Amino acid sequence: MAEVLVLVDHVDGAVRKTTNELLTLARRLGEPSAVFIGDGYDAAADTLGRFGAQKVYKIAGADVEGYLVAPKAEVLAQLVERTQPAAVLIGSSAEGKEIAARLAIKTNSGLITDAVDVQPGEGGPQTTQSVFAGGFTVQAYVSKGTPIITVKPNSASPEEAPASPAVEDVDVTISDAAKSARIVETKPREKTGRPDLNEAAIVVSGGRGTSGDFSPVEAFADALGAAVGASRAAVDAGWYPHSNQVGQTGKQVSPQLYVAAGISGAIQHRAGMQTSKTIVAINKDSEAPIFELVDFGVVGDLFQVLPQATEKIIQTKG
Amino acid sequence: MKIVVCVKYVPDAQGERTFNASDNTTDRTGVDGLLSELDEYAVEEALKIVEASEGEVVVLTMGPEDAEQAIRKSLQMGAHSGVHILDDALHGSDAPATSLVLAKAIEKINADGQADLVITGMASTDGTMSVVPAMLAERLGLPQVTMASEVKLEDGSVTIRRDGDVSTETITAPVPALVSVTDQINEPRYPSFKGIMAAKKKPVQTWSLADLGVDAGEVGLDAAWTKVDSFAQRPPRQQGEIVTDEGDGGQKLVEFLVSRKFV
Repeated sequence: MAEVLVLVDHVDGAVRKTTNELLTLARRLGEPSAVFIGDGYDAAADTLGRFGAQKVYKIAGADVEGYLVAPKAEVLAQLVERTQPAAVLIGSSAEGKEIAARLAIKTNSGLITDAVDVQPGEGGPQTTQSVFAGGFTVQAYVSKGTPIITVKPNSASPEEAPASPAVEDVDVTISDAAKSARIVETKPREKTGRPDLNEAAIVVSGGRGTSGDFSPVEAFADALGAAVGASRAAVDAGWYPHSNQVGQTGKQVSPQLYVAAGISGAIQHRAGMQTSKTIVAINKDSEAPIFELVDFGVVGDLFQVLPQATEKIIQTKG
Repeated sequence: MKIVVCVKYVPDAQGERTFNASDNTTDRTGVDGLLSELDEYAVEEALKIVEASEGEVVVLTMGPEDAEQAIRKSLQMGAHSGVHILDDALHGSDAPATSLVLAKAIEKINADGQADLVITGMASTDGTMSVVPAMLAERLGLPQVTMASEVKLEDGSVTIRRDGDVSTETITAPVPALVSVTDQINEPRYPSFKGIMAAKKKPVQTWSLADLGVDAGEVGLDAAWTKVDSFAQRPPRQQGEIVTDEGDGGQKLVEFLVSRKFV
């Protein structure tokens, strides 16, 4: 069976959940080979094996980290040439899509971004995408070169398939041109203790209706173990960080449960949450377009409804 | 200072966007088009940079005849000239072909003097792939400094702030460079009456694929490196139960969450 290259997304060896999803999807298409770039492999080894990596290509970080995107694309291009994989799977982050973009040009290969499903097909992997703010689904495939596919977080449930991968240290040459955009400073995000917005099973978002007070949104999220999101209106007003924005120009999330509190539901917001499995809204305005999408809606003041619900959840959980 | 800004003419997201059933491409005639909202930030940033020193902003687009409206809007905002790549063979082009055509056009624009910066938006509002900037950097051999929420130029280098998932990075590169900007970077201006009048006299050149030396067989639907098998409208979500809070809205909400096993 052909190899399927999976680019590991990690922070100092802490593998992000999306990688486990990619390894799970890769097993449908062939034998997963994890591409691990940077330091901290020892911390990642167990996870990669547990989710079925048959091989690991390990690339030291010296010539790759510290530069934006381009060196990683060169690493993958060299591996694609050598291994002739059935596909390359990369997470659909901003960085992931840029790496995929450069890899596609380098290898003359078709690129599909933001897949929400990948299945084996006669002529290669078949993908499903959700487009036009979630209004349409599109079935597509790559017709030239090596299929390069970026996959959205939460597109598959990670399933374990323990393997003992053969680990190979790979020497790669990185061109000087690829090292022209240097990262001169990195400031890690402040830890909130809440789940990552992209990965969370439940997301609770606040909008204009919070009037800048996110405390009932955060308390309700914490009672549910949820991530906190915000509409663009709330972010533009400076009430919540841009890194938490849900919508077309923020995160596109697809959790099991999405709760929109004080969010009217403009098309740009819907583009970021419409594929959530279950949607709940709380809004004072019974005409708010968000109510067209909901499985359950409360017409009311979030400052009354959320604290009552929070208290009830805490009681129920005992 | 010379800046090329790449812009896209897109179907209005407020309209009923759909596909052409005949070839599975985006329907660009049934819905009003406009300059992609996210490209306004690129135009604005370019204008701010030349206004702070001196120089010119050239707006570049590829698309059908109506796409000139995207150039026109940019000229109304204050850009100095436009280039429109117009050719029937372009219909259905994918991102690699788009980046090829834009790269060739930028090389032709550079023949009159090398652009210091190529600036793009963070994504189009129709395809939303967000890959053309990186592809352009790859094809042009330019340093890629993308997803900028802040841009600073000094002494032959460009420095940006990039807000990532896990960290905020400061990235620096020598110019010429390719920059893409997010919607956090500025507040795009509205064209003034004076700007609208002035735009009527600004030069817009129309180039064909032959003008760029691009073979028609390298672009368009048939040459695309990906194929769309089918598209389907997602069935509208069925509206569920809506209750009005009469002092028990929070309790009812939790009852629903319990019934769906979220609590």
